[in-house]
Amino acid sequence: MRYFYYPGCSLQHSAKEYDISTRALMRLLGHELMEVDDWTCCGASAADTSSRLLSIALPARNLALAQKSGVSADILVPCSSCYLNLRRAEDAMSRESGTADLVNRALSEESLSYSGGARVRHLLDVLANDMGAGPIAAGLRHSLSGLSVVPYYGCQALRPFADFDDPERPRSMDALIAATGASVFDWNMGAKCCGAGLMTTKKELCLDLVADILDDAKGADCIATVCPMCQMNLETSQKRISKMRGRPLEISIVYLPQLLGFSLGLPEAGLRLGLNLALTRSFTGRLAAMSKQIAAPGR
Amino acid sequence: MQCGTCTGSCGSAARMEHTPRQLWRMVQAGMKDEIFKSRTFWLCSSCYYCTLRCPRGLPLTDTMAALKRVAVAEGYTTDRKSAPFYKAFLDSVRKYGRVRESEMMARYFLAVKNPAVPLSFVPLGMKLMARGKMDLHMPGFGGRGKLDRLYRKVMELEAAK
Repeated sequence: MRYFYYPGCSLQHSAKEYDISTRALMRLLGHELMEVDDWTCCGASAADTSSRLLSIALPARNLALAQKSGVSADILVPCSSCYLNLRRAEDAMSRESGTADLVNRALSEESLSYSGGARVRHLLDVLANDMGAGPIAAGLRHSLSGLSVVPYYGCQALRPFADFDDPERPRSMDALIAATGASVFDWNMGAKCCGAGLMTTKKELCLDLVADILDDAKGADCIATVCPMCQMNLETSQKRISKMRGRPLEISIVYLPQLLGFSLGLPEAGLRLGLNLALTRSFTGRLAAMSKQIAAPGR
Repeated sequence: MQCGTCTGSCGSAARMEHTPRQLWRMVQAGMKDEIFKSRTFWLCSSCYYCTLRCPRGLPLTDTMAALKRVAVAEGYTTDRKSAPFYKAFLDSVRKYGRVRESEMMARYFLAVKNPAVPLSFVPLGMKLMARGKMDLHMPGFGGRGKLDRLYRKVMELEAAK
Protein backbone atom coordinates (compact mmCIF):
# COMPACT_ATOMS: atom_id res chain seq x y z
CA MET A 1 0.00 0.00 0.00
CA ARG A 2 0.93 3.64 -0.33
CA TYR A 3 0.85 6.00 2.62
CA PHE A 4 1.62 9.62 3.18
CA TYR A 5 4.34 9.81 5.79
CA TYR A 6 4.45 12.49 8.45
CA PRO A 7 7.62 11.90 10.52
CA GLY A 8 7.33 14.90 12.85
CA CYS A 9 10.13 16.86 14.48
CA SER A 10 11.44 14.33 17.02
CA LEU A 11 12.08 11.78 14.30
CA GLN A 12 14.50 14.19 12.62
CA HIS A 13 16.93 14.25 15.53
CA SER A 14 16.45 12.65 18.95
CA ALA A 15 14.34 9.80 17.56
CA LYS A 16 16.23 9.20 14.29
CA GLU A 17 16.26 5.46 14.84
CA TYR A 18 12.45 5.44 14.95
CA ASP A 19 12.33 7.18 11.57
CA ILE A 20 14.99 4.98 10.03
CA SER A 21 13.50 1.70 11.31
CA THR A 22 9.96 2.71 10.35
CA ARG A 23 11.00 3.52 6.79
CA ALA A 24 13.11 0.35 6.50
CA LEU A 25 10.39 -1.91 7.89
CA MET A 26 7.69 -0.46 5.66
CA ARG A 27 9.92 -0.80 2.60
CA LEU A 28 10.76 -4.39 3.50
CA LEU A 29 7.05 -5.18 3.81
CA GLY A 30 6.42 -3.71 0.38
CA HIS A 31 4.71 -0.47 1.37
CA GLU A 32 5.49 2.92 -0.11
CA LEU A 33 5.87 6.02 2.06
CA MET A 34 5.43 9.45 0.50
CA GLU A 35 6.77 12.06 2.89
CA VAL A 36 4.40 15.03 3.12
CA ASP A 37 6.21 17.74 1.19
CA ASP A 38 7.22 20.79 3.25
CA TRP A 39 5.58 19.42 6.44
CA THR A 40 5.83 21.51 9.59
CA CYS A 41 5.43 20.90 13.33
CA CYS A 42 2.07 19.62 14.65
CA GLY A 43 2.26 21.97 17.63
CA ALA A 44 2.77 19.11 20.10
CA SER A 45 1.44 19.97 23.55
CA ALA A 46 2.72 23.55 23.24
CA ALA A 47 0.33 25.17 20.75
CA ASP A 48 -2.71 24.52 22.92
CA THR A 49 -1.15 26.57 25.76
CA SER A 50 -1.13 29.61 23.47
CA SER A 51 -4.11 29.42 21.16
CA ARG A 52 -6.66 26.73 20.43
CA LEU A 53 -6.91 27.90 16.84
CA LEU A 54 -3.13 27.59 16.44
CA SER A 55 -3.30 24.07 17.92
CA ILE A 56 -5.60 23.11 15.04
CA ALA A 57 -4.11 25.27 12.29
CA LEU A 58 -0.57 23.88 12.74
CA PRO A 59 -1.52 20.23 12.18
CA ALA A 60 -4.16 21.23 9.59
CA ARG A 61 -1.42 22.81 7.49
CA ASN A 62 -0.01 19.30 7.03
CA LEU A 63 -3.39 17.79 6.19
CA ALA A 64 -3.77 20.54 3.60
CA LEU A 65 -0.35 19.77 2.11
CA ALA A 66 -1.23 16.10 1.76
CA GLN A 67 -4.53 17.02 0.14
CA LYS A 68 -2.87 19.49 -2.21
CA SER A 69 -0.70 16.74 -3.66
CA GLY A 70 -3.83 15.24 -5.20
CA VAL A 71 -2.99 11.72 -4.04
CA SER A 72 -5.51 9.83 -1.95
CA ALA A 73 -3.78 7.84 0.77
CA ASP A 74 -3.86 7.39 4.53
CA ILE A 75 -1.42 9.54 6.50
CA LEU A 76 0.94 7.37 8.51
CA VAL A 77 2.25 8.95 11.70
CA PRO A 78 4.76 7.19 14.00
CA CYS A 79 4.75 9.79 16.81
CA SER A 80 1.77 9.54 19.15
CA SER A 81 1.67 13.26 19.86
CA CYS A 82 1.75 14.14 16.13
CA TYR A 83 -0.87 11.47 15.49
CA LEU A 84 -3.17 12.94 18.12
CA ASN A 85 -2.75 16.49 16.82
CA LEU A 86 -3.33 15.64 13.17
CA ARG A 87 -6.26 13.41 14.09
CA ARG A 88 -7.69 16.09 16.38
CA ALA A 89 -7.43 18.74 13.67
CA GLU A 90 -9.38 16.54 11.27
CA ASP A 91 -11.95 15.84 13.99
CA ALA A 92 -12.38 19.48 15.03
CA MET A 93 -12.65 20.73 11.46
CA SER A 94 -15.22 18.15 10.46
CA ARG A 95 -17.37 18.33 13.60
CA GLU A 96 -17.30 21.83 15.05
CA SER A 97 -19.25 24.49 13.28
CA GLY A 98 -17.09 27.41 12.25
CA THR A 99 -13.72 25.80 13.01
CA ALA A 100 -12.98 24.66 9.45
CA ASP A 101 -13.77 28.14 8.16
CA LEU A 102 -11.49 29.85 10.69
CA VAL A 103 -8.63 27.41 10.12
CA ASN A 104 -8.93 27.77 6.35
CA ARG A 105 -8.82 31.53 6.65
CA ALA A 106 -5.53 31.14 8.52
CA LEU A 107 -4.22 28.58 6.01
CA SER A 108 -5.08 30.89 3.11
CA GLU A 109 -2.05 32.95 4.20
CA GLU A 110 -0.01 30.02 2.93
CA SER A 111 -2.25 29.53 -0.11
CA LEU A 112 -3.49 26.30 1.42
CA SER A 113 -6.89 24.94 2.31
CA TYR A 114 -8.21 21.71 3.74
CA SER A 115 -11.65 20.36 2.88
CA GLY A 116 -11.71 17.33 5.16
CA GLY A 117 -11.55 13.60 4.67
CA ALA A 118 -7.96 12.86 5.71
CA ARG A 119 -7.41 9.46 7.25
CA VAL A 120 -4.78 9.91 9.94
CA ARG A 121 -3.31 6.58 11.09
CA HIS A 122 -0.85 5.75 13.84
CA LEU A 123 2.02 3.50 12.79
CA LEU A 124 0.85 0.85 15.27
CA ASP A 125 -2.63 0.87 13.70
CA VAL A 126 -1.12 0.31 10.26
CA LEU A 127 1.22 -2.43 11.47
CA ALA A 128 -1.45 -4.24 13.48
CA ASN A 129 -4.41 -3.85 11.15
CA ASP A 130 -3.26 -3.25 7.56
CA MET A 131 -0.37 -5.65 7.80
CA GLY A 132 -0.97 -7.89 10.81
CA ALA A 133 1.21 -10.64 12.18
CA GLY A 134 1.12 -12.72 9.00
CA PRO A 135 4.01 -11.08 7.13
CA ILE A 136 6.17 -11.14 10.28
CA ALA A 137 5.67 -14.86 10.81
CA ALA A 138 6.15 -15.52 7.09
CA GLY A 139 9.31 -13.45 6.78
CA LEU A 140 10.92 -14.36 10.10
CA ARG A 141 14.73 -14.47 9.84
CA HIS A 142 15.80 -14.35 13.47
CA SER A 143 13.41 -15.81 15.99
CA LEU A 144 13.23 -13.85 19.22
CA SER A 145 12.24 -17.02 21.05
CA GLY A 146 13.20 -16.77 24.71
CA LEU A 147 12.85 -12.99 24.86
CA SER A 148 10.14 -11.49 27.00
CA VAL A 149 8.88 -8.24 25.44
CA VAL A 150 6.76 -5.65 27.23
CA PRO A 151 4.23 -3.87 25.00
CA TYR A 152 4.06 -0.22 26.03
CA TYR A 153 1.51 1.96 24.25
CA GLY A 154 1.50 5.17 26.26
CA CYS A 155 -1.42 7.56 26.00
CA GLN A 156 -1.91 9.52 22.88
CA ALA A 157 -1.98 6.64 20.41
CA LEU A 158 -4.98 5.35 22.37
CA ARG A 159 -6.74 8.37 23.85
CA PRO A 160 -8.88 10.33 23.29
CA PHE A 161 -9.32 8.73 19.84
CA ALA A 162 -9.70 5.01 20.41
CA ASP A 163 -9.39 4.37 16.68
CA PHE A 164 -7.79 0.97 16.68
CA ASP A 165 -7.42 -0.46 20.16
CA ASP A 166 -8.95 -0.62 23.62
CA PRO A 167 -7.83 2.61 25.30
CA GLU A 168 -7.71 0.96 28.73
CA ARG A 169 -6.45 -2.54 27.89
CA PRO A 170 -4.63 -2.27 24.55
CA ARG A 171 -3.68 -5.49 22.79
CA SER A 172 -2.71 -4.52 19.25
CA MET A 173 1.01 -5.18 19.78
CA ASP A 174 0.50 -8.67 21.16
CA ALA A 175 0.12 -10.58 17.90
CA LEU A 176 2.99 -8.65 16.26
CA ILE A 177 5.37 -9.42 19.12
CA ALA A 178 4.24 -13.04 19.33
CA ALA A 179 4.92 -13.46 15.59
CA THR A 180 8.61 -12.73 16.21
CA GLY A 181 8.79 -15.76 18.50
CA ALA A 182 9.13 -13.59 21.62
CA SER A 183 6.74 -13.91 24.51
CA VAL A 184 4.44 -11.00 25.37
CA PHE A 185 4.98 -9.81 28.94
CA ASP A 186 1.69 -9.72 30.81
CA TRP A 187 1.21 -6.47 32.73
CA ASN A 188 -1.26 -3.70 33.42
CA MET A 189 0.82 -0.60 32.67
CA GLY A 190 0.68 -0.61 28.87
CA ALA A 191 -1.65 2.38 28.62
CA LYS A 192 -0.28 4.38 31.56
CA CYS A 193 1.37 7.76 31.11
CA CYS A 194 5.14 8.36 31.09
CA GLY A 195 4.65 12.09 31.71
CA ALA A 196 5.38 12.97 28.07
CA GLY A 197 6.63 16.54 27.62
CA LEU A 198 6.45 17.22 31.35
CA MET A 199 9.87 15.57 31.64
CA THR A 200 11.33 18.98 30.79
CA THR A 201 9.41 21.10 33.27
CA LYS A 202 8.10 18.63 35.90
CA LYS A 203 10.90 16.11 36.13
CA GLU A 204 10.19 14.77 39.65
CA LEU A 205 6.62 13.94 38.68
CA CYS A 206 7.74 12.19 35.49
CA LEU A 207 10.40 10.18 37.26
CA ASP A 208 7.69 8.79 39.55
CA LEU A 209 5.50 7.85 36.59
CA VAL A 210 8.38 6.21 34.73
CA ALA A 211 9.55 4.42 37.89
CA ASP A 212 6.12 2.78 38.25
CA ILE A 213 6.33 1.60 34.64
CA LEU A 214 9.89 0.24 34.93
CA ASP A 215 9.02 -1.41 38.24
CA ASP A 216 6.13 -3.30 36.68
CA ALA A 217 8.22 -4.34 33.69
CA LYS A 218 10.82 -5.93 35.94
CA GLY A 219 11.67 -9.43 34.86
CA ALA A 220 11.16 -8.77 31.15
CA ASP A 221 13.99 -8.35 28.61
CA CYS A 222 12.87 -5.19 26.85
CA ILE A 223 10.06 -2.71 26.48
CA ALA A 224 8.73 -1.97 23.00
CA THR A 225 7.45 1.56 22.38
CA VAL A 226 5.58 3.38 19.61
CA CYS A 227 6.29 7.01 20.52
CA PRO A 228 9.49 9.09 20.66
CA MET A 229 8.51 10.74 23.94
CA CYS A 230 7.66 7.46 25.66
CA GLN A 231 10.92 6.01 24.36
CA MET A 232 13.06 8.86 25.63
CA ASN A 233 11.34 9.12 28.99
CA LEU A 234 11.78 5.40 29.62
CA GLU A 235 15.39 5.48 28.42
CA THR A 236 17.01 8.44 30.03
CA SER A 237 16.76 8.21 33.80
CA GLN A 238 17.04 4.51 34.56
CA LYS A 239 20.07 4.84 36.82
CA ARG A 240 18.52 7.61 38.84
CA ILE A 241 15.22 5.75 39.11
CA SER A 242 16.98 2.56 40.23
CA LYS A 243 18.65 4.57 42.98
CA MET A 244 15.34 6.24 43.86
CA ARG A 245 13.54 2.92 44.21
CA GLY A 246 16.47 1.07 45.75
CA ARG A 247 16.47 -1.75 43.20
CA PRO A 248 17.94 -2.25 39.75
CA LEU A 249 15.37 -1.22 37.15
CA GLU A 250 17.60 -1.02 34.08
CA ILE A 251 15.87 -2.53 31.06
CA SER A 252 16.35 -2.25 27.31
CA ILE A 253 13.95 0.05 25.47
CA VAL A 254 13.38 -0.40 21.75
CA TYR A 255 11.01 0.98 19.18
CA LEU A 256 8.53 -1.61 17.90
CA PRO A 257 9.71 -1.32 14.26
CA GLN A 258 13.29 -1.94 15.43
CA LEU A 259 12.19 -5.15 17.11
CA LEU A 260 10.07 -6.32 14.17
CA GLY A 261 12.75 -5.24 11.69
CA PHE A 262 15.41 -7.19 13.54
CA SER A 263 13.30 -10.35 13.51
CA LEU A 264 12.79 -9.91 9.76
CA GLY A 265 16.52 -9.68 9.20
CA LEU A 266 16.94 -5.94 8.59
CA PRO A 267 20.61 -4.97 8.92
CA GLU A 268 21.79 -2.45 11.53
CA ALA A 269 21.62 0.31 8.89
CA GLY A 270 17.84 -0.12 8.89
CA LEU A 271 17.52 -0.52 12.66
CA ARG A 272 20.12 1.79 14.19
CA LEU A 273 19.96 0.08 17.57
CA GLY A 274 23.30 1.78 18.13
CA LEU A 275 21.42 5.04 18.65
CA ASN A 276 19.22 3.77 21.49
CA LEU A 277 20.07 5.17 24.90
CA ALA A 278 19.10 2.17 27.01
CA LEU A 279 20.14 -1.27 25.83
CA THR A 280 21.57 -3.61 28.46
CA ARG A 281 24.70 -5.56 27.65
CA SER A 282 22.91 -8.88 28.14
CA PHE A 283 20.15 -7.79 25.72
CA THR A 284 22.54 -6.76 22.95
CA GLY A 285 24.47 -9.98 23.56
CA ARG A 286 21.36 -12.05 23.06
CA LEU A 287 20.41 -10.16 19.90
CA ALA A 288 23.91 -10.75 18.55
CA ALA A 289 23.56 -14.49 19.22
CA MET A 290 20.08 -14.55 17.64
CA SER A 291 21.30 -12.73 14.55
CA LYS A 292 23.62 -15.67 13.85
CA GLN A 293 20.74 -18.11 13.85
CA ILE A 294 18.50 -18.07 10.82
CA ALA A 295 14.92 -19.13 11.40
CA ALA A 296 13.24 -21.49 9.00
CA PRO A 297 11.04 -19.27 6.80
CA GLY A 298 7.27 -19.54 6.92
CA ARG A 299 7.32 -20.69 10.52
CA MET B 1 -21.40 16.10 39.89
CA GLN B 2 -18.33 15.36 41.98
CA CYS B 3 -17.71 11.65 41.39
CA GLY B 4 -13.91 12.05 41.37
CA THR B 5 -13.30 9.69 38.44
CA CYS B 6 -10.96 12.35 37.01
CA THR B 7 -8.87 12.43 40.17
CA GLY B 8 -8.79 8.66 40.45
CA SER B 9 -7.60 8.39 36.84
CA CYS B 10 -4.95 11.10 37.02
CA GLY B 11 -1.30 10.09 37.25
CA SER B 12 -0.36 13.60 38.35
CA ALA B 13 -3.07 14.07 41.01
CA ALA B 14 -0.82 13.08 43.91
CA ARG B 15 1.50 15.99 43.15
CA MET B 16 -1.18 18.60 42.47
CA GLU B 17 -2.08 21.22 45.10
CA HIS B 18 -5.73 20.66 44.21
CA THR B 19 -6.92 17.37 42.74
CA PRO B 20 -8.74 17.60 39.39
CA ARG B 21 -12.09 17.06 41.13
CA GLN B 22 -11.38 19.98 43.47
CA LEU B 23 -10.10 22.09 40.60
CA TRP B 24 -13.31 21.70 38.57
CA ARG B 25 -15.35 22.73 41.62
CA MET B 26 -13.10 25.75 42.06
CA VAL B 27 -13.70 26.68 38.42
CA GLN B 28 -17.45 26.45 38.98
CA ALA B 29 -17.13 28.59 42.10
CA GLY B 30 -15.11 31.19 40.18
CA MET B 31 -12.10 30.96 42.49
CA LYS B 32 -9.84 32.46 39.87
CA ASP B 33 -7.05 33.65 42.12
CA GLU B 34 -6.67 30.35 43.97
CA ILE B 35 -6.67 28.42 40.71
CA PHE B 36 -4.04 30.52 38.99
CA LYS B 37 -1.84 30.82 42.01
CA SER B 38 -1.58 27.03 41.95
CA ARG B 39 0.41 24.94 39.48
CA THR B 40 -2.23 22.22 39.35
CA PHE B 41 -3.23 22.56 35.69
CA TRP B 42 0.42 22.72 34.54
CA LEU B 43 0.84 19.18 35.90
CA CYS B 44 -1.61 17.79 33.35
CA SER B 45 0.36 15.59 30.92
CA SER B 46 -2.56 15.28 28.47
CA CYS B 47 -2.91 11.51 28.96
CA TYR B 48 -6.67 11.83 28.38
CA TYR B 49 -7.63 9.22 30.98
CA CYS B 50 -10.05 11.66 32.66
CA THR B 51 -11.60 12.60 29.33
CA LEU B 52 -11.99 8.94 28.40
CA ARG B 53 -13.59 7.98 31.70
CA CYS B 54 -15.67 11.03 32.64
CA PRO B 55 -19.23 9.71 33.08
CA ARG B 56 -20.51 13.13 32.00
CA GLY B 57 -18.38 13.07 28.86
CA LEU B 58 -16.73 16.36 29.75
CA PRO B 59 -13.67 17.45 27.74
CA LEU B 60 -11.50 17.70 30.86
CA THR B 61 -8.09 17.50 29.21
CA ASP B 62 -9.04 20.29 26.80
CA THR B 63 -10.25 22.31 29.76
CA MET B 64 -6.87 21.88 31.47
CA ALA B 65 -5.36 23.33 28.29
CA ALA B 66 -7.81 26.22 28.48
CA LEU B 67 -6.58 26.99 32.00
CA LYS B 68 -2.99 26.95 30.72
CA ARG B 69 -3.98 29.46 28.04
CA VAL B 70 -5.56 31.80 30.57
CA ALA B 71 -2.46 31.58 32.80
CA VAL B 72 -0.22 32.46 29.83
CA ALA B 73 -2.49 35.23 28.54
CA GLU B 74 -2.89 36.87 31.93
CA GLY B 75 0.73 36.50 32.92
CA TYR B 76 0.44 34.28 36.00
CA THR B 77 3.96 33.21 36.90
CA THR B 78 3.44 30.83 39.84
CA ASP B 79 4.95 28.17 37.63
CA ARG B 80 8.20 29.62 36.40
CA LYS B 81 9.11 26.89 33.91
CA SER B 82 6.01 25.84 32.00
CA ALA B 83 4.99 28.99 30.15
CA PRO B 84 8.60 29.84 29.08
CA PHE B 85 9.10 26.27 27.85
CA TYR B 86 6.00 26.18 25.67
CA LYS B 87 6.76 29.67 24.40
CA ALA B 88 10.30 28.61 23.45
CA PHE B 89 8.82 25.64 21.63
CA LEU B 90 6.31 27.72 19.68
CA ASP B 91 8.88 30.41 18.85
CA SER B 92 11.19 27.76 17.42
CA VAL B 93 8.34 26.39 15.30
CA ARG B 94 7.38 29.86 14.12
CA LYS B 95 10.94 30.52 13.05
CA TYR B 96 11.86 27.23 11.38
CA GLY B 97 8.58 25.41 10.81
CA ARG B 98 9.95 22.42 12.65
CA VAL B 99 11.24 22.24 16.20
CA ARG B 100 14.98 22.30 16.44
CA GLU B 101 15.35 20.62 19.80
CA SER B 102 18.67 22.16 20.88
CA GLU B 103 17.67 25.61 19.63
CA MET B 104 14.35 25.36 21.43
CA MET B 105 16.07 24.33 24.66
CA ALA B 106 18.55 27.23 24.33
CA ARG B 107 15.59 29.61 24.04
CA TYR B 108 14.05 28.01 27.12
CA PHE B 109 17.27 28.27 29.13
CA LEU B 110 17.61 31.96 28.26
CA ALA B 111 14.00 32.56 29.31
CA VAL B 112 14.08 30.81 32.70
CA LYS B 113 17.27 32.65 33.74
CA ASN B 114 18.27 29.95 36.20
CA PRO B 115 21.65 28.30 35.56
CA ALA B 116 20.57 25.14 37.40
CA VAL B 117 18.04 24.40 34.65
CA PRO B 118 20.50 24.06 31.73
CA LEU B 119 22.95 22.21 33.95
CA SER B 120 20.35 19.57 34.72
CA PHE B 121 20.12 18.78 31.00
CA VAL B 122 23.85 18.32 30.44
CA PRO B 123 23.91 14.51 30.90
CA LEU B 124 21.09 13.99 28.38
CA GLY B 125 22.67 16.46 25.97
CA MET B 126 25.96 14.57 26.14
CA LYS B 127 24.26 11.23 25.44
CA LEU B 128 22.38 12.64 22.47
CA MET B 129 25.43 14.39 21.11
CA ALA B 130 27.58 11.27 21.40
CA ARG B 131 25.08 9.51 19.13
CA GLY B 132 24.70 12.38 16.69
CA LYS B 133 21.08 12.81 17.72
CA MET B 134 21.29 16.50 18.46
CA ASP B 135 21.20 19.26 15.92
CA LEU B 136 23.37 22.08 17.14
CA HIS B 137 21.76 25.42 16.45
CA MET B 138 21.87 28.60 18.45
CA PRO B 139 18.63 30.54 18.57
CA GLY B 140 18.22 32.89 15.66
CA PHE B 141 16.37 35.91 16.94
CA GLY B 142 14.97 38.45 14.51
CA GLY B 143 14.65 37.86 10.81
CA ARG B 144 11.67 36.31 9.10
CA GLY B 145 10.15 33.09 10.31
CA LYS B 146 8.86 30.24 8.19
CA LEU B 147 5.42 30.37 9.83
CA ASP B 148 5.20 34.12 10.59
CA ARG B 149 2.23 34.69 8.31
CA LEU B 150 0.23 31.74 9.66
CA TYR B 151 0.90 32.71 13.29
CA ARG B 152 0.01 36.35 12.62
CA LYS B 153 -3.25 35.43 10.92
CA VAL B 154 -4.20 33.02 13.70
CA MET B 155 -3.64 35.71 16.34
CA GLU B 156 -5.65 38.19 14.28
CA LEU B 157 -8.56 35.72 13.96
CA GLU B 158 -8.40 34.84 17.67
CA ALA B 159 -8.50 38.52 18.60
CA ALA B 160 -11.53 39.12 16.37
CA LYS B 161 -13.57 36.30 17.90
